[in-house]
Amino acid sequence: MKRTKMLWILSLLLVLVLSASCAAAPATSATTTAATSVPVTEATTTVAVETTTVAEPDVKEIILATTTSTQDSGLLDYLIPMFEQQTGYMVKTIAVGTGQALELGAKGEADVLLTHAPSSEKPLVDAGQVVNYQLVMHNDFIVVGPPADPAKIKDLTAVTDAFKSIATQEAIFISRGDKSGTHTKELSVWKAAGVEAPSGTWYQESGQGMGSTLTIANEKEAYTLSDRATYLAQKANLDLDILNQGSKELLNIYHVMQVNPETFPMVNAAGAEAFVAFMIDPATQALISEFGVEKYGEPLFFPDALK
Amino acid sequence: MIASGDAEIFGVTLLTLLVSGLATLLSLLVGVPLGVVLGLVRFRGRRLVVSLVNTGMGMPPVVVGLWVSIFLWRSGPFGALRLIYTPAAIVIAQTLIATPVITGFTIAAIQHLTPKLRLQILALGASRWQFLWTILKESRIALMAAVIAGFGSIVSEVGASMMVGGNIKGYTRVLTTATSMEVSKGNFPEAVALSIILIALAFGVTFLLTLFQQRERKDRNLKPLQDSGCAPANRAGADDPDHPDASADDPKEPDL
Repeated sequence: MKRTKMLWILSLLLVLVLSASCAAAPATSATTTAATSVPVTEATTTVAVETTTVAEPDVKEIILATTTSTQDSGLLDYLIPMFEQQTGYMVKTIAVGTGQALELGAKGEADVLLTHAPSSEKPLVDAGQVVNYQLVMHNDFIVVGPPADPAKIKDLTAVTDAFKSIATQEAIFISRGDKSGTHTKELSVWKAAGVEAPSGTWYQESGQGMGSTLTIANEKEAYTLSDRATYLAQKANLDLDILNQGSKELLNIYHVMQVNPETFPMVNAAGAEAFVAFMIDPATQALISEFGVEKYGEPLFFPDALK
Repeated sequence: MIASGDAEIFGVTLLTLLVSGLATLLSLLVGVPLGVVLGLVRFRGRRLVVSLVNTGMGMPPVVVGLWVSIFLWRSGPFGALRLIYTPAAIVIAQTLIATPVITGFTIAAIQHLTPKLRLQILALGASRWQFLWTILKESRIALMAAVIAGFGSIVSEVGASMMVGGNIKGYTRVLTTATSMEVSKGNFPEAVALSIILIALAFGVTFLLTLFQQRERKDRNLKPLQDSGCAPANRAGADDPDHPDASADDPKEPDL
C-alpha cells in the first residue's frame, strides 16, 4: 500500500510540474526564440539596421499567413527573428497553401499576408479585403523532369511549348493540385499553352507541398513545375534536371499585404503595418538579395520594393 | 545531426511531452468518471451514448482539428480568447481526441467486471465511494490500457496539432508536425531523426505506464481460500461465516 501511495504522489507531483512548465514554456519560448536565433552573417554587421527602442506594443502577436514555399526556402526563419527583435512583436507564421492563406486573410483570421499568386490576390485587393498591398520580391519557377526527357522539352525555349509537348506526348506530370501559388501559376501556363484543363492518367495531382511533390515526381520520373528555391534546396535528393526556364510566364512575384482592419476589428493593424514596412525597408531588401548566395551560389529571391 | 540542431529539437520534444501529457491527464479526469458512469448506470439512450463514445474513439484527428479551429478562430464563438495557434489550443484539441478513447476503454473495463464481483463488493459493506474505488482497482489493468491508448492516440497525431497549433517554430511545433514539415520539405535525414525521437519518446512513456500496469500485486495478503469457500481469510467478518461483523455498514444497495 505504501508503494502505491508513493507512486501516486510522485505522479501527481510530476503532473503539477508538467502543468506549471507548460504554462511557463509558451510564454518564455516566444521571447527566447527572438533573442537566440538572430543569424550571424556579414549582412547583419554591415547593414545599418534601425534599432530604435520601440515601446512594448499593445498587442504583441501578429498572425502572418504565408505559403509553404516561402517558409521552406528558409527566408522567413532568417528575417522574422530580426523583425521580432527590432519591434518587440511576436510573429506567428502560419505556412499553408496560398489558397488557405488568402482565405484566412479574407476571413480576418490573419493580420498580414505574404503570398505569391497575384491573380488570386487581385480579387481581395479589389474588394478592399486587403490593404497596403506592396510588392516585395520575385524569383522564378522552373520546369523539372527526368534526364531522359521523354517529351523532349529540353530544346524548347518557351514554357508554353514545353507544356504543349508534355500534354501531347502524355508524359507524366505531377501537379501541386492544392490552389497554391505554384498551382495557380501552373494552371495559367497550361491555359496559355492552349490546354484548358489538363486531364488524363498522365496528369496527377499530389495535393501536397512542393517538397513532397518533387519527391513524387522524382520517384515517378515525371515532370513538374517547381519554384527554384525548393528545387535547389532538395537537389541532392533528386534525380530531376531543369529542363525549361526563363520565360516571362514563369515569374513568381511576392506581395505583402495587410488584412483590412476596418473590416475585422480583431486584426492587429499596428503590427501588420510594422511588418509590411519591415519587408519593404531598404535594409531588409538588401538582406533578401543576399539570401541563399552562400549556400546555393545564387540568390533565391530578387528584391523589388525599391523599383 | 541530432546533436547539432539540439536546442530546437529539445524544445520541440519537451513541448510534445508537455502538451500530450497534459492532454492525457485532462482526458483521464473527464474520461474515467464518465466511463464509470456509462459502465455502471443503466438509463434510456445509454447504448446510443456509448456508441457515440465508441465513434469518438475512431474520430480522425484532422476532423477534430478542423472543428476546434472553427470554434477558436476569430470568427468563431471563442475567438476573443485568442487561443488559436497557441499550445493551449493543441491541448484542447488533443484532449477532445483522447477523451472518447479513455472513456470507451473505461466503459469496457467496467462492463468486463462480472456483476457478481460488484455484488460481492457491496455485500462486503462498501460505501458508494469505496465501491467505486474498489471497482477502479479491480479493473486497473484495463484502465491503464485506456491511459496508454489515450496517450498513444494523441502523441502520434499530426492533423489537429497542425491545424490549431500552426506548427510555429519555437512555440507550437511538436514532433509530429515537425516531422511532417521536414518530409514535406524533402529533408529526409532530419525527418528520420525526428521520427526516431518520437518513437523513443512514445516508447519511453508507454514503457513506464506498462510497468505500472503490470506491477505484481504485493499489497494484498492473499491467502488461499479457506475450505469454507468464503471471502479471503483476512476480511472482517470471515472469521465467523454465520455472523458477519456487527460493526460493518448495512450492505444496502447504493443508489446508482
